[in-house]
Amino acid sequence: MLGKTAGGIYWMFRYLERSENTARLIEAGFRIALTRPESADEEWGSVLDTISVRAAYRDARGEINGAGVVDFLLRDRTNPASVMSAIKLARDNARLVRIALTREVWEATNECWITLGRALARPVPERDLPSVLTLIRQQSAQVRGALHGTMLRNDIYDFARIGTFIERADNSARILDVKYYVLLPSLAQIGSSLDNVQWETILRSVGGQRAFRFLYGGDVSPRAIAEFLILDGRMPRSLAFCGRKIADNLGYLELDYGKRLPCHERIDRIQGLLTGTQINAVFDRGLHEFLLDFLSDIAGLGTQIETDYRFSC
Amino acid sequence: MGGTADFFDEMTGGDTEIRAPYRQFRDWFEGEDLRHLRRKSAEAEDFFRRTGITFNVYGQAEADERLIPFDIVPRILSGREWSKLRRGIEQRVRAINAFLHDIYHRQEIIRAGRVPTELISGNDAFLPQMIGVAPPGGVYTHVVGVDVVRTGEDEFFVLEDNARTPSGVSYMLENRETMLQMFPELFTRIKVRQVHNYPIRLRKSLADAAPRATTGKPQIAVLTPGIHNSAYFEHAFLADQMGAELVEGHDLRVVDGRIAMRTTRGFKPVDVLYRRVDDDFLDPLTFRADSMLGVPGIMDVYRAGGITLANAPGTGIADDKAIYSYMPDIVEFYTGEKAILKNVPTWRCSDPDSLAYVMENLSDLVVKEVHGSGGYGMLVGPAASKREIEEFRSKLAARPVKYIAQPTLALSTVPILTGKGLAPRHVDLRPFVLVAPERIDITPGGLTRVALKKGSLVVNSSQGGGTKDTWVLED
Repeated sequence: MLGKTAGGIYWMFRYLERSENTARLIEAGFRIALTRPESADEEWGSVLDTISVRAAYRDARGEINGAGVVDFLLRDRTNPASVMSAIKLARDNARLVRIALTREVWEATNECWITLGRALARPVPERDLPSVLTLIRQQSAQVRGALHGTMLRNDIYDFARIGTFIERADNSARILDVKYYVLLPSLAQIGSSLDNVQWETILRSVGGQRAFRFLYGGDVSPRAIAEFLILDGRMPRSLAFCGRKIADNLGYLELDYGKRLPCHERIDRIQGLLTGTQINAVFDRGLHEFLLDFLSDIAGLGTQIETDYRFSC
Repeated sequence: MGGTADFFDEMTGGDTEIRAPYRQFRDWFEGEDLRHLRRKSAEAEDFFRRTGITFNVYGQAEADERLIPFDIVPRILSGREWSKLRRGIEQRVRAINAFLHDIYHRQEIIRAGRVPTELISGNDAFLPQMIGVAPPGGVYTHVVGVDVVRTGEDEFFVLEDNARTPSGVSYMLENRETMLQMFPELFTRIKVRQVHNYPIRLRKSLADAAPRATTGKPQIAVLTPGIHNSAYFEHAFLADQMGAELVEGHDLRVVDGRIAMRTTRGFKPVDVLYRRVDDDFLDPLTFRADSMLGVPGIMDVYRAGGITLANAPGTGIADDKAIYSYMPDIVEFYTGEKAILKNVPTWRCSDPDSLAYVMENLSDLVVKEVHGSGGYGMLVGPAASKREIEEFRSKLAARPVKYIAQPTLALSTVPILTGKGLAPRHVDLRPFVLVAPERIDITPGGLTRVALKKGSLVVNSSQGGGTKDTWVLED
């Protein structure tokens, strides 16, 4: 396949994942605004930090307020991480690689863009927000469903998966890093452990609050939350899960092409940090430092993949 | 309903009698409910938008993708009508390829005094870089779209020979697919010739013209200017349907004397490039240095026989509007036969007598730019206001060589579906011609473009035109 096509597929699925992640962050922020209005502005601030757009927001909109942040995250075309921007970029990339996609995947992507373009044509009033967020989830689920159901399992599919999990790994690590201080043992002892609003939002931001309760039962501790999101291979948004998926798909490419490349060395190194590690070791090393290293490793891996598979000249 | 007396209506012949090719369709139509058909028509639009069959409009806001309106009433030709058209088109396309070979080699036609030398030497569409070059298989125009209009029962005229990179074939194919999905019963009742294998025939035609450097099965790629090009959908569609790669200039480079594409496993040679990029942008080392759309060095590889370019560079000299008026001579010169299809009488404004006549009769004529396309920069005299005519007059006076003029043709009409039932609208036809080294292959029918506005003669999609499925009957 063309290097450009591989790049187009990879970015199409990164942007699609990004749009979903942004929608999930809005959902978590909105939940806080409804249940704990006094923490809302602070929460919207950390949402902006998570996707590194606090300064851009300030320049465009000034003071933080719920409606402004929601609009900025949902619809603002100047914000490259807004749901609409990410969907448009995903669809632009899909057009670019149209011939590598099945008709079903292309049509689901195109329809997602058309449908959300209509739903997000005007600012979304608070009362409509839940249904719009549901619509976003449904639309991207259709693209994902078409991908799984109709695409050949070849290199095209591998690049789609790699894009998805690099973006997701980056997103989960950012969510943790923006709030890493609330997971530190010193602070945990102060708060009331069962009712820590920050812990709840971390779990909600990755859509993992129920899964966490199911797996960890009554153990709501920062250590358990960190373990769940960093090392638990059962959790589809954990760093370990994303790392394994990237490694698997890069492995398929290695097998398919009969060629081991520098990106394979990099993912092995990342995997080495995520497997066979105990959460205590992560805390001993420093959670923030661990996450910063991880983010930089993932970014480096992304660049390496682009070079190794000749996404651009 | 029925055409107005001034125009030939292809369904009624200007009379109340239904012409033979339309009889079965008309019988079906009479039994249908108008509201139901209107609903179907809206469904078709939805289908086009969902599948992304859109085009970008030059000069419109970014990301503005539009649909070309589709009318569900087919344009129907009898097998007999078609076979005459087909013979005429084949003759013309054969002559065009012979002309191109001659013009870039011995120039016999100029020596014979049939075409003036300044028409070639002083023409931007003539590429000196092509002199003496032998395109693989001897084919210059692998794909041609010949624009034909009709004015009467037996009156067909060629309006333009699009010998560079004609577009629209994806609409021919998707229009048929849409009709098959919406009205399957029509196709069991009426025997219509197939068009769906065009992409396979295109692939075969291109593969047959592969260069000698080819090893194994020819690797075919479609070169597109990119996703912002107005015909991007078509480029992707054809690549997909042919099983070819879709590439942009920056995916290609010269490697060991071949053009190679950058794949995830390294560089891989391309044998045939169906390029949908204009000559000017093809090679920044040979043509426009600022082009980002082409491949530096591709012309050297081409001249050395390392790649087939479809169409060959420099074919524009054959569809230039100034050359057009010589086409009957050109056909006769190379085929030894009279041209089967008529040319529209054309005044070359570079000629002082013609210019004087054109100036006198602007309100009756159509005046076109010699190098223009897409319906831009033209004057349709009978439809223009006094002011528009005067404005055009001063443009014409300033640069007469830039223009040709033709009488306003009484284009035939074909019914479209409106809120009140059928109503006649003017149409043209673009059949698509594939040229392989040993074979000329014309898909029955082509793309019918229709002016949706009542009375309008401009069928271009950029100017409010739509399209129709075109049927050639088995008879």
